[in-house]
Amino acid sequence: MSTMGPGSAGAPRVESLNCPNCGASLTLRSRANAITAVCESCHSVLDARDPKLKVLQTFAAKASEDPPLIPMGSRGAIRGTEYEAIGFQRRTIEVEGIHYSWHEYVLFNPAKGFRYLTEYDGHWNDVSILRSLPDLSPGGATLAYLHETYRHFQTADAVTSFVLGEFPWRVRVGEMVHVSDYVSPPRVISSEGTGNEVTWSIGEYLSGGDLWKAFKLEGEPPPPIGVYENQPSPMSANVTVVWVTAAVLLMMLVPLMVLFFSTARDEQVLEQTYQFDTSSREEASFVTDIFPLKGHTSDVELATSANVNNSWIYLNYALINEDTGQAYDFGREVSYYHGVDSDGSWSEGSSTDTVTVPSVPPGNYYLRIEPESDPNRGIITYTVRMKRDVPQASFFGLAALALLVPACLITWRSLTFEHLRWAESDYGSPPSDTFLGTVQGMVDSAKKSGDDE
Amino acid sequence: MTQPTANCPNCGAKITFRWSGSVQTTCDYCKSVLVRTDVDLKKIGQIADLPPDASPIRIGTEGVYRQRGFVAIGRILYAYDQGSWNEWHLMMNDGASGWLSDAQLDYAVTFAAAESKLPRECRVGQQYAWDGQTYTVSTITKAHFSGVEGELPFQYWDKSDVVFVDLMSHDTRFATIDYSEDPPLLFVGEAVEFDSLKLKNLRSFEGWE
Repeated sequence: MSTMGPGSAGAPRVESLNCPNCGASLTLRSRANAITAVCESCHSVLDARDPKLKVLQTFAAKASEDPPLIPMGSRGAIRGTEYEAIGFQRRTIEVEGIHYSWHEYVLFNPAKGFRYLTEYDGHWNDVSILRSLPDLSPGGATLAYLHETYRHFQTADAVTSFVLGEFPWRVRVGEMVHVSDYVSPPRVISSEGTGNEVTWSIGEYLSGGDLWKAFKLEGEPPPPIGVYENQPSPMSANVTVVWVTAAVLLMMLVPLMVLFFSTARDEQVLEQTYQFDTSSREEASFVTDIFPLKGHTSDVELATSANVNNSWIYLNYALINEDTGQAYDFGREVSYYHGVDSDGSWSEGSSTDTVTVPSVPPGNYYLRIEPESDPNRGIITYTVRMKRDVPQASFFGLAALALLVPACLITWRSLTFEHLRWAESDYGSPPSDTFLGTVQGMVDSAKKSGDDE
Repeated sequence: MTQPTANCPNCGAKITFRWSGSVQTTCDYCKSVLVRTDVDLKKIGQIADLPPDASPIRIGTEGVYRQRGFVAIGRILYAYDQGSWNEWHLMMNDGASGWLSDAQLDYAVTFAAAESKLPRECRVGQQYAWDGQTYTVSTITKAHFSGVEGELPFQYWDKSDVVFVDLMSHDTRFATIDYSEDPPLLFVGEAVEFDSLKLKNLRSFEGWE
């Protein structure tokens, strides 16, 4: 380029150059921003700032060895800005003798600059460089960024194992950098550096489908395998939120319960003591006097107590509406047994029984009672007490259960997901100072004590 | 604002000053470096063509930073082993002088800060506090001066290698110590998003809107 004087301010063209190694033509898509370029034909690594494109590195790998899923030169909009894919590298880490590789794409816009995409096993991240320093905790277990806590996930030495396209920094195959990831799904903050100088970046989990749409790519993105470090949990609601919601609703139940208990009539409508002669052969059934059940449609509680002693009495009840003839039939047994054997004294049953008949409309009622028992057990005395509109605590118990069961299920599913996520980390399990870590710890110790028994 | 004009003492081309505080400018035609004296323009040097760069900003680009309008009236270009960057000299609409740096399309706006106690030497990771704000040294760059263009608030052209220390904070605030002068100069400001500057009169790039 000769002059930048007046008149030459026209649109600069994409520079067309030739590879000094093989002669193939080469395009610098990011123009003077490119620091390193890779020849697509012979795979030489070239100094993009040298007008002669000095060869910096050649190696045997074929340029077609690892074809990028997003071809170089494709364009797509990310967060409303159009970017062009201009560079591609594979980076590899070794953990316990196994190599793991991920891919990084360099995206370029001539005004807005560079951003990056990473892909590992079908999991994608949209990455940009941080312009401020995250606040690393002493010891480095967590860091804070924009009032959010990120947890350390993994630290490794990543080696560049394949390159293609162009880069706004010096790239060499075989170069190693120290990388650390801190996660707060769906985001991840990574540090990358050699020695003291560290570059921080932030990534956000991206679905392959959205990316394919944005870059108008053919076919389907590779299906994601496993759970990725910053993949958002499919539990749309955060576990803490679920529990806080359940707690708030439970607390709202309390005044409701107080209201129910304080406004209920809780009125005794019948109390009568009868004697049942078990020796008698006569018809035992009889009816009570008529009594009114007042108020709105509500429950009726029937309590039976009997002086049973190593004996039983069975009572066939029918609560009959005198006006309509509608009957509620039910049978109750009162039995009480006790004794002494080689294990000591024992008892079974109780001398009282209570039953609730729900949704009984108001009206005039009577009770038909038919007692039964073993014959010739003397006279059994029993008392029947009936109360109208009795507040039921069990209703609130059910409501509480309806709140707690989904919360437990969501916690369980979330726990399973987090377990899979953290299994891939340097730690192997969720951090112990998190809610999920605590639950996980409880589950583990429960399992352990179960195994010990 | 008046825009005093004069002629290049070397080639006679018209030279316009947009800012009253400008000390130095360059002739677009003959690349002479010119300084203002009480009476006329004096040629103090000659520069080569600027190396190609890909900044979308150019002289005459206008924008807004924190409700203050500005126009780019000059620049200093530096290169280092990992790239190059431009320090665009801004004339703010209140008459102040500012800088918009474009480091491979990462942008920051800074202003010269009066600070007498600057470290002679820094190490990465060291912390300093200015104006109640803590900064951490993030990079130390040995850069090579590679050219100037347009109006600058000081004489600056015959440089070679210069050292810059960049400091980051826990928010977007950002500082640079420029060791090209003795004593060194401090610039403080913040990292900015391209869109936030609402830039107009940009360079266009073929194939891009």
